[in-house]
Amino acid sequence: MQCQVCKKAQAKVHYTQIHENQVKKVDLCEACAKEKGINDPAAFALADLVLGLGAPQKLEESATAVGTELVCRNCGFTQADFKKTGRLGCSECYLTFAEGLEALLKGMHKGVQHKGKVPPEIQKILDIDARLGRLDVELKAAVAREDFETAARLRDEIKQTKLASGETVPQSAPAK
Amino acid sequence: MNIISFLAPASEVCRRTGPNDRIVLSSRVRLARNLKGIPFPGHGKRQDRVKSFELLMPPVSRLEAMAPDPFAESMDKLAANEKQILVERHLISREHSAKSTGSGVVLNRDQAFCVMVNEEDHLRMQALRVGLQLKQAWLAIDSIDTALQEQVEFSFHEQYGFLTACPTNLGTGIRVSAMLHLPGLVLSEQINQIIQAVSKLGLAVRGLYGEGTEALGNIFQVSNQQTLGEGESEIVERLNKVVLQVIEHEENARITQLEKKPKVVFNQIGRAYGILAHAHTISSKEAMNLLSLLRLGVDLNLFAGTSKALVDELFLVSQPAHLQLGQPEKLDAEHRDMVRAEMLRERMRQIPAPDPSNVSVRPD
Repeated sequence: MQCQVCKKAQAKVHYTQIHENQVKKVDLCEACAKEKGINDPAAFALADLVLGLGAPQKLEESATAVGTELVCRNCGFTQADFKKTGRLGCSECYLTFAEGLEALLKGMHKGVQHKGKVPPEIQKILDIDARLGRLDVELKAAVAREDFETAARLRDEIKQTKLASGETVPQSAPAK
Repeated sequence: MNIISFLAPASEVCRRTGPNDRIVLSSRVRLARNLKGIPFPGHGKRQDRVKSFELLMPPVSRLEAMAPDPFAESMDKLAANEKQILVERHLISREHSAKSTGSGVVLNRDQAFCVMVNEEDHLRMQALRVGLQLKQAWLAIDSIDTALQEQVEFSFHEQYGFLTACPTNLGTGIRVSAMLHLPGLVLSEQINQIIQAVSKLGLAVRGLYGEGTEALGNIFQVSNQQTLGEGESEIVERLNKVVLQVIEHEENARITQLEKKPKVVFNQIGRAYGILAHAHTISSKEAMNLLSLLRLGVDLNLFAGTSKALVDELFLVSQPAHLQLGQPEKLDAEHRDMVRAEMLRERMRQIPAPDPSNVSVRPD
């Protein structure tokens, strides 16, 4: 059996982990096992779920790779740093290591989409988006039932909402 | 300003009351936030930490909720014992007490709000309340967070929510916790079942000083573990429900123990009283465990005219840093145990010997 990491040496360390009722098996050679910190099960689980065996290819595209190791462009944080501390280096790290992070977050949290409080300026945009979405649905319905009076009113309302939110409304093309 | 003179005296802090404070010592809601563009404190360089410190301390200190006269200080300006006092008051974490330049703490007058700057995240803001008041604590810290967001921009991602140094805090960055005194469940040996049941609900049960600490004095902290994929109010509500159930189990355990094994209960409380009133040397661990039994005795009306407040105060002033206060020299462990025993012997003279004839399960 081949080592799943270096794909060269013979796998001698067979690690089975049961997490959230899912069985994960990893076969590694001695050198890779040591490098991955198999002796320290907690570090292994966290770091490799995030950065390791799951999705290494895409990770490398989104970050500067030094040798085989991922490095955050913004703060220089590495896989090894994460393995050591269980913490990330900066906000950008969440994008750098996003691919592998998803699996970790799934096991850790109730979902992977934030459902709580949102910063006020983003809340404003979300509110406007929701309003525009609603108006658009009403507009299409009005057009479908040929209620052009309502449609015209809705169209103006959409324009006003966009203007108020600072979005540029395309001017009608000048007549040729 | 001196932190010791700023803090309310232990006797005053312990006199505060709240709903269900027989069992729920305190409620706390903490939010973790980070600034945009600056590495998290644990990875950032010293100048990064100084930068975030300088960006955050002024707006936090100026918050309306902190007025009047908040205490705002850099951690390097506090002596080791002063930091330890803050830990014993549960105002800062043990991790934060090890911080120095580039980290800070801001407290308001009655210590209902406490903000740590550059702990694991740039900001850890918490609201504290006596008894079971999780919702009130959440609303209080929510409004502080909103006020602060008018002045500083936090790191936020549409999918991941507020970004935190540790992925376990991601999203809402919220930690809702209640500190519970559960001697009945410990005496009746049901505590492990309760801990397991609570853990299955995705909540964590920890010891007195949070993560990785022992449950001294039969005190347990119950808190949420998941922060992403659920709104703050749902998390608060869920924890509140669980705490209410634990309260019921604790009350039932006390009733059952008294019915089935009254002598065991009276024996434990009586021995605790005897040792606390007569020991000449006592460790903080032993003192906390015995004071827990004394508190149970007060709850069961065995000590006529003695208030919970006194026992809670003894619990607090038995802690190492509090004992050190007013001592001319730094106490070593051995000496400290003697000073603690002396203080307890003196204060225990106010408490009459336990009288089981007045026992009542719900004296409130």
